[in-house]
Amino acid sequence: MVKTLFDKVWEAHLVTQESRDTPAILYIDTHLIHEVTSPQAFAMLREKKLKVRCPQKTFATMDHSTPTSKPDSNGNYVFNGEKEKLQVEQLKKNCQEFGISLFELGDDRQGIVHVVGPEQGITQPGKTIVCGDSHTSTHGAFGALAFGIGTSEVGYTLATQCIPQRKPKTMGIEVKGKLAPEVSAKDLILAIIAKIGIGGATGHVIEYYGEGISALDMEARMTICNMSIEAGAKAGMIAPDQVTFDYLAGRPYSPKGDSWDRAVTAWSNLFTDEGAKFDSYVSINAANVKPMITYGTNPEMAIPIDEKIPESATQQALNYMGFVKNESLVDKNVDVVFVGSCTNSRITDLRVVAEVLKGQRVSEKTRMLVVPGSHQVKAQAEAENLDQVFIEAGAEWREPGCSMCLGMNGDIIQPGQICVSTSNRNFEGRQGKGGRTILASPRTAAMAAIAGKLVGASAQPLCEEYA
Amino acid sequence: MESLKQVETIAAVLPIENIDTDQIIPAEYLKITTKEGLGQHVFSNWRYDSEGGLEQGFVLNCRPTNSAKVLIAGDNFGCGSSREHAPWALTDFGIKVVISSSIADIFRNNAVKNGLLPIVVDSNTHQELLQSNGERIKVDIVQQSIHVNGMIYQFKLEPFTRYCFLNGLDQLDFLFKHEQQISDFESRQECFL
Ligand code: SF4
Repeated sequence: MVKTLFDKVWEAHLVTQESRDTPAILYIDTHLIHEVTSPQAFAMLREKKLKVRCPQKTFATMDHSTPTSKPDSNGNYVFNGEKEKLQVEQLKKNCQEFGISLFELGDDRQGIVHVVGPEQGITQPGKTIVCGDSHTSTHGAFGALAFGIGTSEVGYTLATQCIPQRKPKTMGIEVKGKLAPEVSAKDLILAIIAKIGIGGATGHVIEYYGEGISALDMEARMTICNMSIEAGAKAGMIAPDQVTFDYLAGRPYSPKGDSWDRAVTAWSNLFTDEGAKFDSYVSINAANVKPMITYGTNPEMAIPIDEKIPESATQQALNYMGFVKNESLVDKNVDVVFVGSCTNSRITDLRVVAEVLKGQRVSEKTRMLVVPGSHQVKAQAEAENLDQVFIEAGAEWREPGCSMCLGMNGDIIQPGQICVSTSNRNFEGRQGKGGRTILASPRTAAMAAIAGKLVGASAQPLCEEYA
Repeated sequence: MESLKQVETIAAVLPIENIDTDQIIPAEYLKITTKEGLGQHVFSNWRYDSEGGLEQGFVLNCRPTNSAKVLIAGDNFGCGSSREHAPWALTDFGIKVVISSSIADIFRNNAVKNGLLPIVVDSNTHQELLQSNGERIKVDIVQQSIHVNGMIYQFKLEPFTRYCFLNGLDQLDFLFKHEQQISDFESRQECFL
């Protein structure tokens, strides 16, 4: 029988089948945790006197509440407040007590959970991966079935390595053609979300495929899968190929020797069979995608930069953003530029930003933060002297973490400020109460930082490597 | 979880589409290691003005809807972040049922584990229910029916969810009942690590 990529991974992890009356029990290969959504799950284990079933299948990192400033002269991290510090300390305590590997502050593997998993080789094709975090969809870029869960399910996974699940539907998104050199994966996924809507994939697992996807490197594929949740999808998946295998080879947790060969053989069967049907299907031509920005308060409210805010825009969103219908956002002043988050904080993102900033100055009106996704990314950027480019341009080069993506650690924007952000959510107040977020690609964000205002696509010169 | 068979209350209507979990409970209230006390912060960006005073016009601040146990919201309720703090905040405030024409997957999964019943109705029913702000409403989980304004609307519940609500069953117990199957699965599984 012909099967989709999703079907293959789903069926390989069924402990029990679903029936009319009960959901399936799905086995979880890898569980990622962080400090914000796990404390109450460990509290539940203690309350019920339960153990962690497979501590070696859970990996923890600290990212949301962690400071992005350097430790003080005594080597202590300066937290935004006591609560943040307590959360981080609680995670450490929980990991020690239950025997879970932790990439803590100061560890050179620490960083945003969705950056760390792939770069350590923990994320692998064909796995089921969960995390108490909606952007777990990122890991689907490797052909894993990866999705966000709540804290109760974090507890279930710790206790049983399983969760009850109804089989989701599938949606195929075919990306025909290839992106133009100046157009990035971020622009593509914003165009897809604008097309299908913020709830358009609710109840579905998306598989992205086609020429426009095969042509992308792993980091760009992660950017795509990362934002699947912004269309409501349970997960996003991309079939693994040579690009995937090359990325994973030699990473700390990747299989080695004979195991590697067997793994690649098994992973090579992870694709949607000819003739297999998705429950729904969407196609988009990558060649027509232009650099995108958002104008409103959810990621569906996105337009090509050079187009005007549509007539259909909701008044509530426009009131919040301080924009009006039929207006162009080009030349709008920008108070803050944030380069970071699990969507766009990897080395390829930072290279693009450095390329734009090289020899330029960030506008005096604008504050720019560059926050690498992990210590590994940071080290790589510094090895390439990208940090010097950022610092010389007047940007802040900070320590890894979620930072201004959701502003839990004190990195926030002020009420009324406009922030061009490479993150994934422009919800009201996401980056600070009253703050206004415009989502964009790293290139568009960097251009805005220099100009102090949004720059139209036609005025964006090509980076050297493309010109 | 306590069993829940029926809720009789006032309906509160929040007719905004795509209400995300950042609105239900903003990130600044996630800095906790327990579940308690989130009700006072539910919808805080909408419920309080910049001085921290109650926004008089907001539905959960006005009588009688401030005592509502049923919240009827615009399409695609609960999208965005996976934070279970969202259902914790709603239940701590006193909400037991949310009704919309579409409810985001993770929110729905989280809600049912906390005694908050998510009900998805068709768009015609939804349009009518959006007119019932401040009305008395009864949600019957046994009959799968909503009674309001002299009308009765049927809704569908996923059978396992309904069973868990009616019997107060914790899904973790369901998993533990299959411990043998989990062990069998583990012994069959090939692992490359
Ligand atoms: S970077 Fe933002 S979206 Fe990603 S995990 Fe952190 S808070 Fe969530």
